[in-house]
Amino acid sequence: MLGTGLIQGLMETAKNFVGSYHDEARLVTVQYPEEKIPAKENSRNFPFLVYDGEDPQAGLRCVACQICEKECPPKCIYIVKSKDKKPDYTGKAQLYPATFDIDVSVCMSCQICVEVCPFDAIKMDQVFELSTSDRFATLLLKKTTLAKPNAYFHQIHPTDAAEIDGRLAEEKRKAEEKAKAAAAAKAAAAAAATTGTDPKAPPVGGAAKSPTN
Amino acid sequence: METLDQIFVLAKHWLVARVPEPLAWLATILLSIGPLITVFASCFAITTIVERKALGRIQNRFGPNRVGPFGLLQPLADGLKMLIKEDLVPAQADKVVHLLAPFALVVPAWLTFSVLPFGRNMTVIDLDAGLLFFFAVGASSELAVFMAGWSSRNKYALMGAMRGIAQMISYEVPLVLSTVAVVMSVGSLSLPSIVEAQSAYVFGMPTWHVFTPWGLSGFILFLIAGAAEANRAPFDLPEAESEIIAGYLTEYSGFKYALFFMGEYLGLFAITGMGITLFLGGWTAPVSFLATTPSWFWFFAKFGAIIALFIWVRGTVPRLRMDQLMKFAWKFLVPLTLVNLVVAAFWHFSGTWQFPGAIFARWLLGAGFIGGAYVTLGRALHTNQFPPRVYAYAE
Repeated sequence: MLGTGLIQGLMETAKNFVGSYHDEARLVTVQYPEEKIPAKENSRNFPFLVYDGEDPQAGLRCVACQICEKECPPKCIYIVKSKDKKPDYTGKAQLYPATFDIDVSVCMSCQICVEVCPFDAIKMDQVFELSTSDRFATLLLKKTTLAKPNAYFHQIHPTDAAEIDGRLAEEKRKAEEKAKAAAAAKAAAAAAATTGTDPKAPPVGGAAKSPTN
Repeated sequence: METLDQIFVLAKHWLVARVPEPLAWLATILLSIGPLITVFASCFAITTIVERKALGRIQNRFGPNRVGPFGLLQPLADGLKMLIKEDLVPAQADKVVHLLAPFALVVPAWLTFSVLPFGRNMTVIDLDAGLLFFFAVGASSELAVFMAGWSSRNKYALMGAMRGIAQMISYEVPLVLSTVAVVMSVGSLSLPSIVEAQSAYVFGMPTWHVFTPWGLSGFILFLIAGAAEANRAPFDLPEAESEIIAGYLTEYSGFKYALFFMGEYLGLFAITGMGITLFLGGWTAPVSFLATTPSWFWFFAKFGAIIALFIWVRGTVPRLRMDQLMKFAWKFLVPLTLVNLVVAAFWHFSGTWQFPGAIFARWLLGAGFIGGAYVTLGRALHTNQFPPRVYAYAE
């Protein structure tokens, strides 16, 4: 009959009205500044630099190879190589970034820097509360603000971080074995040199050549 | 109790007596207008926050809850925002008419309150033709709507105004026809005497007009037509955001927009107050043993209840289409109000029936007549749908 639909609708809205006061599950609103939904594991916005160990600057995995700088489509990364070298996680001496800036007002969150990085040094962050009153200085993130510990990476992207840690440990182990083998070969060569000449022994520096991918 | 009931009247008399004799007339006027404006302007503020909260809850949201405790200071923030907003007038607009339109809406809206009885002896002016005055002044808001739409020089504003006028004029007919039944029954156009006619109690129950078959249907018809007259959802086509931006309000901003907004709510309040006066016994108490409680309390209790009903309906019913709106007014509401008049006449003349069970017979006949008309009209309009759509080139 005419009008029954109206009554049904009124009952439905009355149910919602009353229900929303004693059934918290009905209210889907997340009251943002007070409550937050934890970010999804694969969510991303801007890059950050991963460091190992205690010291944020000494522990940076970045070797200033500048691949990300070259690959970055909007060119928001700016890197200056260091003059000196310092040892990386395998103990090999590497360059490090003297300057590493990311302009997050230019960054388009494409993750290409992460894809191309051979050292797993740059990863995507989940921090989104970046609003500032200044359009220039505060949105140009410096090396000091970009550096975040590996533990933080584990926290935001656990699966990814565990996989990378495993791979790095494997590489480190291989490098150590190779170094050990090289040392052994060197010792053998030295022994051979004392006993006689062996021209086929490898040159000294060859064993330390990077075994990386 | 008697003092509490008349406290506002006594306070006014006390204050007027303190004013020097030559200025007493001015004090009387100001002391009538001042409280009226204060009370209904705060009603407007309270209604906006309650409405937003209730609509939120109906949609399983929180509603505004940021300003002040539980968001209760939201109207204050809204008002402040409206006041400090830039007042933009289109370069091509008719500036004088554009400026006058909000006032032409708000002033008649306030005037309609002057004849409503808010309590015993609490009518600003007891006009003999109060009901007529109410609708005559109320109808002038159509002019304001058209002034706003025409002077804005904006197609959406003009379309909104055209819709608004078509709707208001159409719904004026069932609105007034549904009140005629009351006038027929009471025999007076004076609103206080209409309330007096409903103030008796039979077996402790009130003799409100809503407790008669014609009164019940008349009240429902009045509320429907009144909602349309006040541009209230689901009849808010003149301001349909999804179709014509904000209708005739499109080119208004800042405080003029706030005035329009207030004018609309005042129109709703006036319609509500009129519905209470005509059908819900005005300021009379719902049961006889509460008859000594303050009369103004009962008026505002009923007022709040009807406003809540309007908010509930707004949260439920989607907006009508323009042709549905017109069809509903002319093919459904107008015939029903006419039938309602016949039922009212029947109820009036069958009042002399003396045989036992006469009241039941009268109820059965009256309700059957109006109910039969409702069902018949509903069926007739429902079968008259659009024919099945033919796609001529789809074969």
